[in-house]
Amino acid sequence: MKRLNLFLVGVLVILLPATAGVSGCKKKDANPFPASGAVMGWEKTSETRTFEPKDLWQYIDGGSEQFIQAGVVSTTTSDYKYQGQIETVVDVYTMSGPDGAQTILERGQTKDAQNVSLGDEGLQYAQSVSFRKGRYLVSIVAYQSSASTPQALMALAHGVEANL
Amino acid sequence: MKSRREFLKGAATGAVILGAESSLGLSRTLDQQTEKDKAKVVIARDPALHGPDGKLDEYRLGDLLDRAIATYTGRKRPVDAWRHIVLEGGAKDKVIGLKTNGLGGKGISTHAVLVFAIAERLQQAGVKPSNILIWDRNARDLQACGLTINTDPKQIRCFGSDVSGFEDVVENWGSSHARFSRILTRECAMVINLPILKDHSMSGVTFAMKNMYGVVERPQDLHAGGCNPGVADLNAFPVIRQKIKLTIGDAITSVYEGGPGFRPEHLWQPNALIIGEDRVSIDHIAWGILDKKRTEVGLKTLEAAGRPPLYIATAADATHALGVNDPQRIKLIEV
Repeated sequence: MKRLNLFLVGVLVILLPATAGVSGCKKKDANPFPASGAVMGWEKTSETRTFEPKDLWQYIDGGSEQFIQAGVVSTTTSDYKYQGQIETVVDVYTMSGPDGAQTILERGQTKDAQNVSLGDEGLQYAQSVSFRKGRYLVSIVAYQSSASTPQALMALAHGVEANL
Repeated sequence: MKSRREFLKGAATGAVILGAESSLGLSRTLDQQTEKDKAKVVIARDPALHGPDGKLDEYRLGDLLDRAIATYTGRKRPVDAWRHIVLEGGAKDKVIGLKTNGLGGKGISTHAVLVFAIAERLQQAGVKPSNILIWDRNARDLQACGLTINTDPKQIRCFGSDVSGFEDVVENWGSSHARFSRILTRECAMVINLPILKDHSMSGVTFAMKNMYGVVERPQDLHAGGCNPGVADLNAFPVIRQKIKLTIGDAITSVYEGGPGFRPEHLWQPNALIIGEDRVSIDHIAWGILDKKRTEVGLKTLEAAGRPPLYIATAADATHALGVNDPQRIKLIEV
């Protein structure tokens, strides 16, 4: 019995850190895209697509070069729709480090950008929101605009941020 | 038939204008009033093309197209103008391709309304629906334009190179290599080029000539050096020289910074169509349009921003001889 108890303790000693490690891995590979309904009013309307750096040109053509130079590791994208009307695309760029995310975010910044509280740095325009969090760069762009678009985009952005 | 040396010699002295010496002969025939040795480009604008609700007015767009084509061809009735385009393009009873650009995604792609208006006028001119093929890289790009995939051979077809595949043979021109879409090589006798005007992060401008990146398997191989000489080389391949007969450039909506993707904060509506056969001239004019807008909003010109569209001068050089980039030799008509 004593041996069995020792054995069980030993197993627990091994399993607990492994579980934590597995949890840690799960967090790293967590899906950044909120499911339909997870953010009020937002529906995920497409499958998630993933592009490796060598294939990123298929998605954004010449725009891929700046991401490759800044150290993009992977790009994932999905479409969303707000209240059945505002079509939106969410792009998540996983960079090799936070510097790459910062480089891209600040390069695209214009004087119309408003700083918003998202991740490590967030910028909002009338129809888009971008932010960086660690090595992630997120771009959310709406194809239509309405009075509620900016607030809705921020809500979706927070939903993505929570998953990173 | 001129030898290549004679052809290039003529190009070097500026005596060769696309259309005058190429197998097209379209511009010379279409408009007898063109000043000698000048490439003609028509810009047609309608400030009220978008209604108060921001939506594109398809009837006004049809009128704009008719005005632009009438000005370019010198033929007032659209049906006469389009019959002439088809005949001079060598496409009577053959397939005419309409090459769109949906790469930028929804919001900055060739407008479906424009494509439909052209297809309608081709049919009025006697082209069978089965001889009209709307195409692009793939289904996603076509859908970004607002188009629906259709491979029914009895109707207007709409599909991409993801359906047709590419030729097995790799062709070479200069330092560039390409495998061409079978839509271009095997389906179309004539292609009407329907690019959309955009800023481009590498080439500076993407419009008439760069739209050809959508007809090859690996356009990423042509991006080095700010897409120079890639764009020029690609347009010099014989199949493109011979089959791309006319450009009806979509400048209804454009992006002046951050392209080629959709950047709503840099979007504007020139509400224009830009028509011509000389893609070099068209791109040269497009460059000026983009720079003017950039300057108006306080941005640097493309050259000052380090992204001058060098491919335009390359395309006009003696080696490529694709057209004219000298403003003194471009006849620009604005209506």
